[in-house]
Amino acid sequence: MASQEVLREEPSRGSFINDPKVRGIFFQALVVVVLVAGVWWIAHNVIDNLTRLHIASGFGFLKGRAGFDISESAIAYSSDSTYGRAILVGLLNTVIVAVVGIITATIIGFIIGIGRLSQNWLIRKICTVYVEVFRNIPPLLVIFFWYSGVLAVLPAPRDSINLPFGSFLNQRGFYFPRAVWGDGSWLIFVALLVGIAMAWFVARKARQRQMATGQQFPVLWTALALIVGLPLLAYALSGFPLTFDYPKQSTFNLTGGFQVRPEFLSLYLALSCYTAAFIAEIVRAGIRGVSRGQTEAAGALGLRPGSILRLVVVPQAMRIVIPPLTSQYLNLTKNSSLAIAIGYPDLTATAGTVLNQTGQAVEGVVIMMVIYLAISLLTSLVMNWFNAKMALVER
Amino acid sequence: MRGTGNGPGWELRSRGKKDQGLPLENREKGLWVMKHIAIGILGAATLGLVASAASATTLDTVKAKGFIQCGVSTGLAGFSAPDDKGDWQGIDADFCRAVAAAVFGDGTKVKFTPLSAKERFTALQSGEIDILSRNTTWTINRDTALGLNFIGVTYYDGQGFMINAKKLPGVNSALQLSGAAVCVQSGTTTELNLADYFKANKMEYNPVVFEKLEEVNAAYDAGRCDVYTTDQSGLYGIRLTLGSPADHVVLPEIISKEPLGPAVRQGDDQWYHIVKWTYFALLQAEELGITKANVDEMKNSASPEIKRVLGQEADTKIGTDLGVSNDWVVNIVKAVGNYGEMFERNVGSGSPLKIARGINALWTKGGLQYAPPIR
Repeated sequence: MASQEVLREEPSRGSFINDPKVRGIFFQALVVVVLVAGVWWIAHNVIDNLTRLHIASGFGFLKGRAGFDISESAIAYSSDSTYGRAILVGLLNTVIVAVVGIITATIIGFIIGIGRLSQNWLIRKICTVYVEVFRNIPPLLVIFFWYSGVLAVLPAPRDSINLPFGSFLNQRGFYFPRAVWGDGSWLIFVALLVGIAMAWFVARKARQRQMATGQQFPVLWTALALIVGLPLLAYALSGFPLTFDYPKQSTFNLTGGFQVRPEFLSLYLALSCYTAAFIAEIVRAGIRGVSRGQTEAAGALGLRPGSILRLVVVPQAMRIVIPPLTSQYLNLTKNSSLAIAIGYPDLTATAGTVLNQTGQAVEGVVIMMVIYLAISLLTSLVMNWFNAKMALVER
Repeated sequence: MRGTGNGPGWELRSRGKKDQGLPLENREKGLWVMKHIAIGILGAATLGLVASAASATTLDTVKAKGFIQCGVSTGLAGFSAPDDKGDWQGIDADFCRAVAAAVFGDGTKVKFTPLSAKERFTALQSGEIDILSRNTTWTINRDTALGLNFIGVTYYDGQGFMINAKKLPGVNSALQLSGAAVCVQSGTTTELNLADYFKANKMEYNPVVFEKLEEVNAAYDAGRCDVYTTDQSGLYGIRLTLGSPADHVVLPEIISKEPLGPAVRQGDDQWYHIVKWTYFALLQAEELGITKANVDEMKNSASPEIKRVLGQEADTKIGTDLGVSNDWVVNIVKAVGNYGEMFERNVGSGSPLKIARGINALWTKGGLQYAPPIR
């Protein structure tokens, strides 16, 4: 009580200005006010200037007829489609190259990363050279290397390189036969799904049995037999409904079949190779981060080197690997916008064309930013979920 | 930090709680209010600043900085391309020099900004450049929704196709191009005309689209596509830059109207008039036979029309009403010559392109180039 009375009599100590809580609130409020004022000022400025310059604004243009064609599209698109659909086509192209790029980069990255820790001198050195080469070249140059250095020097369509199974390779891309599904081919897909479901069930049962009895079951071969065998059986039963459309020579190009364009190929290969170098380093660091005692203990239990890596080291390394891996996936997705340099119609390219044809730069850039942000946040979300799943669970 | 029992943090919180009970003093209340008012004034001042900055005219800004910022292509022979000394040459580059001559009396007071097709309109809208003189097609959409004003047509063009005749010997018409891979620059009217033309003729094609002209040229030269399409004048210019120009032919079909001309921002009528009448002055000079060589003699011509155009009429106000000096036409012609000279030097007989005047001749010679009277 006495000390409180002393405090109350002190005039400066209890001053409102010196109160840290009030100060805290004041400065936070100040930051909010400045931020809101800043955003409002920018928005006001933009709207004001657009009106002054008589530039149309708003998102109504998305419903207009696009009028231009896009070389690669995962969905039906023609010049009669809307600008909105053109942007969607670009978005899908970005997603396609990002997803296949991420898968390939992860596979190459894990192989190279583990290879860098190999006991074999040659493998170790090759992997080191790979990492040092690709990590130290800007991604745009890697893309140009594939586009101008590798794919552009392939022969013209007339002198295409013949590959097995009726495929061709020339400077217009890689052509291979396209599967044409006839009547009754739905049975094959059903069989495939059933095969996958059964394989999963078998794997689960085998695991439970191993936990309980310690006896192993040849899961891999059974699963392979189910996943490949069942669709083959269905294929035979439904009367061989599958035919192939082979690429053929025409006046200008090869027609028919399925064409993978050099723009996609070079972007995909470049992003995969480039990002794989970083992933390899992350994987190496992750494995190094697992204490050596773990390997030795597993060895003492009698596990073979392959099993040690698969069952002991990698699961623990994954916890270190996943968070930086997420950044690499985001980088790969964002680097895919370099597609514009070689004319792959990704989001930046198509939205850029829309922006130019309509002249609505502010809206166009906002759309691009929002979409890239959404893709990145979604990737982060999935990876965070995966990270939580892989986190150390105490039993 | 949370849950770690951090000492100072806890202390701060507890002190704050104690102080809450203290009464507010009037002086401090006043301080609060004053701070709020200060923020308000600051905000208002910033806004006011923006409003006043927006009202300066383009002519004032150009005069203040001492040169005209001119948006050109990244390199199209005959229209705007740097020569071996790095100086920009071509009709489009010369047009900017003509405007500089009108404004400053000196055709060299121009700085060039190379722009891709995609960048060009934003550069003009944002004020980065003062004139867009970059083989740009005049369309209603660009004139209205994009906030531009085209000042006229410095070159009447049309879209055509070029193929490698050595690789495709049988092709002599654009209607035989079904199934071809076509190289085109993105964000152009060319891209749209191409889609329309193939659709109208029920033909298929593979678009191979690049943002930059050099990338399209390289892809065509490397054989990535069979056909190159752009404005015909452009095709002749591009052909010269290819590995073996003689192998390539321009097909006879012209599939569109491409009136190319300079554009300025909307909302500044004075600047619009200066640029527009610079163009008319070039045409008028050719019509009256005023050339770079004879412009000084022409000042003493007996013809009242020539004297009026050259600002030699007593008490003339033609130039000053426009916002430039009265001898503006003299300056323009001294800097770049008349329209005909500009044409022949850059794309016509005096250039490697050797394009005939055709519809770009003066109206008096059966062409479309026509200027309203300068009086």
